[in-house]
Amino acid sequence: MQSPLPFFPEQASNFAGNVDALFSYILVTAIFFTVLVTLLAIFAAIRYRRKSPSEIGAEIEGNTPLEIGWTLIPLILALGMFAWGAVIYVNYRTAPKDTLDIYVIGKQWMWKLQQPNGRKEINELHVPVSRNIKLILGSEDVIHNFYVPAFRVKMDVVPGRYNTMWFRPTKVGKYHFFCSQYCGTNHAVMGGWVTVMDPAEYAAWLSDEGGDVNPVSAGEKLFTQLACTTCHVPNGTGCGPSLNGVYGAKVLLADGSTVTADEGYIRESILQPKAKIVAGYQPVMPTFQGLVTEEQILNLTAYIKSLQTQPVPAKGAGVAPATMGKK
Amino acid sequence: MSAIAATPAKTLPEHHYLNATYGIRSWLLTVDHKRIALLYLVSVTFFFFIGGFFAMMIRLHLLTPSGYLLSADTYNRMFTMHGVAMIFFFLIPSIPAVLGNFFIPLMIGAKDLAFPKINLLSWYIYVVGGAFTLYSMVSGGLDTGWTFYTPLSTVYSNSAVAPAVVGIFITGFSSILTGLNFLVTIHTMRAPGMTWFRLPMFVWAHYATSIVMILGTPVIAITLALAGMERLFGLGFFNPAMGGDPILFQHLFWFYSHPAVYIMILPAMGVISELIPTFARKQLFGYHFVAAASLAIAVIGFLVWTHHMFLTGQSTYAALAFSFLTFLVAIPSAVKVFNWTATLYGGSISFDTPMLYAFGFLGLFLIGGLTGLFLGCLGTDIHIHDTYFVVAHFHYIMVGGAIMGYLGGLHFWWPKMTGRMYPEWLARIAALILFVGFNLTFFPQFLLGYLGMPRRYHVYPPEFQVYNVMSTAGASILAIGYLMPMIYLTWAAFFGKVAGDNPWPATGLEWKTQSPPLTENFEVTPVVTWEPYDFHNRPDLGLDAVAVNEVLPAHGHD
Repeated sequence: MQSPLPFFPEQASNFAGNVDALFSYILVTAIFFTVLVTLLAIFAAIRYRRKSPSEIGAEIEGNTPLEIGWTLIPLILALGMFAWGAVIYVNYRTAPKDTLDIYVIGKQWMWKLQQPNGRKEINELHVPVSRNIKLILGSEDVIHNFYVPAFRVKMDVVPGRYNTMWFRPTKVGKYHFFCSQYCGTNHAVMGGWVTVMDPAEYAAWLSDEGGDVNPVSAGEKLFTQLACTTCHVPNGTGCGPSLNGVYGAKVLLADGSTVTADEGYIRESILQPKAKIVAGYQPVMPTFQGLVTEEQILNLTAYIKSLQTQPVPAKGAGVAPATMGKK
Repeated sequence: MSAIAATPAKTLPEHHYLNATYGIRSWLLTVDHKRIALLYLVSVTFFFFIGGFFAMMIRLHLLTPSGYLLSADTYNRMFTMHGVAMIFFFLIPSIPAVLGNFFIPLMIGAKDLAFPKINLLSWYIYVVGGAFTLYSMVSGGLDTGWTFYTPLSTVYSNSAVAPAVVGIFITGFSSILTGLNFLVTIHTMRAPGMTWFRLPMFVWAHYATSIVMILGTPVIAITLALAGMERLFGLGFFNPAMGGDPILFQHLFWFYSHPAVYIMILPAMGVISELIPTFARKQLFGYHFVAAASLAIAVIGFLVWTHHMFLTGQSTYAALAFSFLTFLVAIPSAVKVFNWTATLYGGSISFDTPMLYAFGFLGLFLIGGLTGLFLGCLGTDIHIHDTYFVVAHFHYIMVGGAIMGYLGGLHFWWPKMTGRMYPEWLARIAALILFVGFNLTFFPQFLLGYLGMPRRYHVYPPEFQVYNVMSTAGASILAIGYLMPMIYLTWAAFFGKVAGDNPWPATGLEWKTQSPPLTENFEVTPVVTWEPYDFHNRPDLGLDAVAVNEVLPAHGHD
């Protein structure tokens, strides 16, 4: 794509081809109507140009069948665009199960990224080709947006919550990523490169670095330091629910509703423990708002996620009992 | 130029609204809607050139990838203040407060608006709001983007956010009062025989616009009030560190600011619906459908706001619903375009400057509207959201659409407002320069956007340079295109050829009085006995009702 006047950026993810195809479909429709109306207007301007100063036009009030036609035909075309766009969007917003999860934190004006094994990067992201990658996005200050044009994906990075995005790189190479939500002075330089690697190379790259601490063990250490262990006892005998197996499962709440324990729920439970109380427990947990950094929350989350495979106690678990009828 | 004015007057009428009284007091304390319109004309032109200056700085700076003109902070202030000046102080008031104020009473045969003093009050409110915003621009500037997204604007920005927010808050009331004045006037002050379906489409468009102004503007007022309190007193409405919700701000902001797009474009559509029948000398095709489309846009326009927020992490179901509604709001705009095009069919078309603007509007609005489909569509929005594609799209609507409509209207009604004609050939050349300059400026930005260049970047990767150079070149041409009308229209107001009552001729009531009109508009209240845009039963226009341009028989239908 090194033409002097490029049009499509490189296609390097599972979404790129489909987004470009939809774009082309809308483009063809748009060009058709632009050309149609332009030609009709030019035709009229020539054919019906004023030939004498006192000439007037024909007496035509309107035509109801025409009005109905040019209401319905664009409507049908528009609904087709809506439906195709909706399919891509729903797919994009629903990450598959088998993703490689990478944590991304945006702050004015840099990106901090962390691989599953704890390796940290700044303004660089290394991913293996042909794997489903999920980015879990958090912000330390204002709203940012993580955008990879070659993948045709972006997502806002909003303080106070996690957003996620996913993609599957299809082509080894180096691609720009940008911040595309205006975030202050150096918004324009808050970007970097995604390096898509061969899986073997990626594995070698990943184990190359020894300095960084694994987020799970960092989280485990924090879990003890912050005295979470006092209440969240693994065998379910504490004053808080056991967290074994809780990630990804349904949790029954005091108000009778259930919630899926995802990253957002874990984050909320740390920062605003009283927002969703697990059924059978008292709202005694203090808030950790302001006491833990975004990175520490990510580490805690990684640790709690690692408990997914631990045995769930029969009593005192955060997980909703099987009788709740998991969908 | 159609040099066939019914009774070409050689001199201006002896008494008219411009020479009724003299002195600065007679202008600053006037309650004549026509004089207030001229006050607005001067003030919105002032803000247009301030906003235009910022735009020029932006385009010059982006000539090279590393940006050689401004620092990052200065650049961010430039694009923010460009947006604030253009949207809140030029585009929103331009057509309604200048042309609407001047012509709605004339078009319906009234002596003034329903509340003349409130009309003057709304201009003063606008000026006070504008003064606060100007103060913000000179006392540290504003670098939040015109969208004021929180918590950037309320916690992190080091610029003069508070005075700007106060200024926009105040100016909003001017919009509300203008809308209220129009609604009451249109309901209660129509001349005998001026039934609802004899109203010019310009009046229908302003009726729809007024509804949006009255219902939408209070929401932006309260939103900015909350943001201002968060900024000044640290109340955590939107700041997540204090338990607030930054996305709530976006919902509130766009609940007004999306309908505000229709405040800008509906009046321009109204102007085009006047120009095309006048210069095609033919009834507007499908009058009732065009009127209904204006109302449909005003109503559905309130139901699409979260299409600015598809990638904030909002619920997938919400995104689906709002994308669907966004496609629905596209339909009435399409209906209008088809009706305007059909109006040309079988007409007697002249190419006076206002008609050139109407043709320009048609082409640019078409591109602007159709590119909206890419953004309303969920799948493609993931890629082009917050890129230059969006910038190009809304400039096609707001500059290509709204400003083309405004300039077309100014040229069309200039002889009525001033009694004098603008220089026709110079004006045609300016219209052409504008059209070329506009496309060269903004079309490359669609390509930049699809290639992935995000908006609001003071530096950019070198692969984006070629389109940026084109865009900057176009902007220089565009600037000439805007300066020309300002100069020759001002000249023409004093020295132009005397126009006469109805130089085109056009069918509206405003052309049945002298140019410039009397302070009371009409000597006697007119009685309307004809249908809108009817050239066939109007011997008073001095046209030849027999020399009808015949319709191609193959397509003939009435």
